[in-house]
Parts: sequence; C-alpha cells; structure tokens
Amino acid sequence: MNKQKIVILGGGTGGTMTANRLRRRFDEDEAEIHVVDRDNRHVYQPGLLFVPFGLAQTEQIVRPRRRQLRHGIVFHEQEIESVGLDEEVVRLGDGTTLPYDVLVVATGVRLQPEETEGLTGPGWLENVFTFYNVEGAAALQGALERFDGGRLLVNLVDMPIKCPVAPIEFVFLADWYLRERGIRDRTELVLSTPLDGCFTKPIASKHLTYLLEEKRIGLEVEFAAGSVDGNAGILRSYDGRELAFDLLVTVPLHGGAEYVERSPGLGDALGFVPTDPHTLQTAVKPNVFALGDATDVPTSKAGSVTHFEGDVLADNIARFLHGDELESRFDGHANCFIETGFHKALLIDFNYDLEPVPGHYPTAVGLPLLKESRLNHLGKLAFQWAYWHALLPGRELPGIGATMPLAGKRIPAGVAAGRIGATT
Amino acid sequence: MTTIAIETDAEGFLTHPDDWTRELAEEIAFENGIPLLTRRHWLVVEFMRERYLSTGTAPTIRSLGKESGVPVKELYELFPKGPAKLAAKIGGIPKPRGCI
Repeated sequence: MNKQKIVILGGGTGGTMTANRLRRRFDEDEAEIHVVDRDNRHVYQPGLLFVPFGLAQTEQIVRPRRRQLRHGIVFHEQEIESVGLDEEVVRLGDGTTLPYDVLVVATGVRLQPEETEGLTGPGWLENVFTFYNVEGAAALQGALERFDGGRLLVNLVDMPIKCPVAPIEFVFLADWYLRERGIRDRTELVLSTPLDGCFTKPIASKHLTYLLEEKRIGLEVEFAAGSVDGNAGILRSYDGRELAFDLLVTVPLHGGAEYVERSPGLGDALGFVPTDPHTLQTAVKPNVFALGDATDVPTSKAGSVTHFEGDVLADNIARFLHGDELESRFDGHANCFIETGFHKALLIDFNYDLEPVPGHYPTAVGLPLLKESRLNHLGKLAFQWAYWHALLPGRELPGIGATMPLAGKRIPAGVAAGRIGATT
Repeated sequence: MTTIAIETDAEGFLTHPDDWTRELAEEIAFENGIPLLTRRHWLVVEFMRERYLSTGTAPTIRSLGKESGVPVKELYELFPKGPAKLAAKIGGIPKPRGCI
C-alpha cells in the first residue's frame, strides 16, 4: 500500500477516537493521519447537564484536544474553510490546503439559536439560557442559584438534537435541585416539546411520562416553538399557543458545521452529511466517511452511538484502503443513561430496529433497563473516566460491543423487532 | 359516484403511495379540515411527495421550510398542527418517521 493521507475533520469524540484507532492500525510509513479542529478544547459533553446544578465545574469537563491524540497524529488548530470533493482537498482558514486520500467528517453539530425568532434577543443569558455549550451551562448555573421560584420552562425547539434524553434529564435534575433548595413548592416546572410525547420511542416515552407525573412536572406536547419574547417572558408556538416563563432553558435548533454548507455537494439542507447507516461511507464520494452527530443516519445523536460507529468505521476505512468490500455492520446501537435525580438513573439500550425495552444490559445479569436505580447513576458517573481513558484512546470497553445485545432484554408482544438478530 | 377502497394505516396514511391521485389528495385534505387546496398547499404536497419518491424519506418541517419555498410560519398556517404529517398524509406517502 502506498503511503495514504487520512484527514479527519473534528477533534471531538468521533474524530479523536477514529484518529487513535487508525494510528494503532497503520504504521507511520503506511498512513499519515491529520486531525483538524478550530480550537484545542475537548468538552466531555455529558458533563454539561450537571454544570447548571453545581454538580460539575466546567474546568472538570474540558481538556486539550491535542493531548487526547496518540503520538504520530498531526493536529491542526485551524478553521475549516471548505472541502473540495473533486480536488480531494480541505481548505483551511489560513489559506493552506490539506490534500487527502480518505476524508472523515466528524465535526458534529452547530447550535443555531439565532434561527429562532427572538431567542438571542432581549433576555438571552438573562432569563433565557441553553445548557448545550460550556458558556451557556456556566451562565445557567448562576441564574439557577439566583432563581427564587416562579415558572421554569424547558423547551426543545425541534429535532434533531444531541442527546434527545437531555431535556428530560434536565427537568428531573431541576426537580431534585429545587427540592434541595426548598423552593420546589414555589416553582412550576414545565417541559415543552414538538414531539407527541416526552421522548421519541413509545415504550420509553410511557415510562418517562409516568416519572414526570410522579414528580409533578408539566408536559406540553406538539409545541413547535416559533418565537421568544424575553422581555415579556413568553414562548410562542407557530400555531399561536403561548407559554409563560420566568426562566427559559432552551435546546436550540441544531445544524451541521458551517463549512459543510460552504462545500458544494457535502451536506443536506440542514448541513448533515448523507451517510450509509450501516457502513458509514458517505453518499457523497466513496473516499469520504462520516460518523457521530455530523451524519444523517436515523439514530440518536449521542456519544454512545459515535463510539459504536467508530468501531465499524475504522474497520471500513482499512477495508477501503485495501480495496476490500465494506462491512454493513453498524446497527444503530445507542445506549443512554437518563439521570432522574436523587442519585438514581435509568438506562436505555436500542438500535435502528428495536426501541428501548425493559430487561437488563448487557445480559440478564447487568444494569436494569428502563428502571430507576442507584447502580445506573453510578454507571453514568463512572463513564466519565472510561470516556477519557478507554473510549477516546480507542480501546475496547469490556462487555460493551458495537452491536446491540439481545440477551437480557424483555421484548413485549407486538413490538416491531425488524431485522434484529440479523447482526451479531 | 363510485367508491373505491383504499388501504390506509390506523392513522389514515396510504399504505401504497401508488394509490394516490390528485382527487384523493383533495378528499384527504377535506377530511382533515382543509376544505380547499390552494397553489401554496400543492407546492408543499408535491414537494413532499417527489422528495419521498426519489429518496425514500419525507422531509422534516425544517427542511421543508428551507427547500420547498414556503417558510415554516406559513407551513403552519397552511397545514395547522403538524405540517409535515398532514402534507405527507395528503401527498399519499407514509407518516414521516419523525426524529430520533
């Protein structure tokens, strides 16, 4: 094999893990590996949920990107101007170009609060916040400390969003936080969503709705947020409904990275890259691959998905470079802890074909699925260590395979099981 | 007047997109509270249907707003409650898979 040039766009979860896996797989005289990112701050994104409640500090969840990359990987701290698909080059912010033999798009998503009328207008970072980035989560921590009761409204503007369970976790933790502070009685806590339930998957949605009711958290469904009036404290839907708030915590619209829009043919209307859901090769060019939040594959945008994708992706890049046929091995596997407050959490595990069901993970002896437990909460906390020390370096996590395990799951009658079991 | 049985799912989405006709679209619209399909309605319905037939998935409200030429606000005026769902139903294509 001639010396190949692999360029990875994005030094987050997917990019870092892929670079490290490929570095281990190829000698330095077989492949050069480049990673490009606009800054040197790698954020442990699951930690953002805890920051507003003082359960984590921002400096604990941010580390240098460069330090997460193995020796022999070239890191470019540069803006990406655009990708030239025909010339097979990446144009960087300083005017230089980086040619590639294989390109990996791993630049995740971009928050677009400015796309919702009034959201970044009066009240932004005063009584209107998001916890989906470090600055927002830190600012919200201060606002929650000052909050003295009233109406706390949590809203997700529209799908797709990263970690679709996070808004639900936020209201569960807010309920706990407000009780600890003794002001829960004086607070009306409401979650509003454009979906027809609190979550996208029916069985999990039912379990979570029950928990919302138990915690006296209001749920406003099919609410498509159209505009925000921060001065008046009102969130309006496109169909004319109004929700009042004293404090609004929003999950803004998500789109792909800006350079995707500047690169003809690379992304769809929202800036996501059309990607084969099973091989992770893009529909754009055979030598362009993608993983993580940047793709359009129909599963959750979540770190666990990126992790499972990474396993298949590294194999397929090696196959591609050797001229072998790609493996259609990725099954949409996602796995999420859902914090429910009071040191408990739920766990859900699912893929393209099977929605979250009860049982245990990964086998009949394991963490309980769709059921609150302290063990799941400890699992969520322990995961941060595994993230930096096993997942990013590209090591296998014992007992956690890329494909979804069926052992331990109790599949209720009538649940569509599709092609589950076809891949093991 | 002839009555033809058209197969739908429990929520009224056509099982076979090939069964669709423009007359059927008008009928589905009427039953769902849209007495008359205007040119703007048709623009959206046809865009949805073409996109589904060529790619196998129906666009979301956001991509409709960006690509169909009809802004999101107007989509909600044309198809109250759920524009993507209703336009898909009228266009004779399956219920949008929604989001994950």
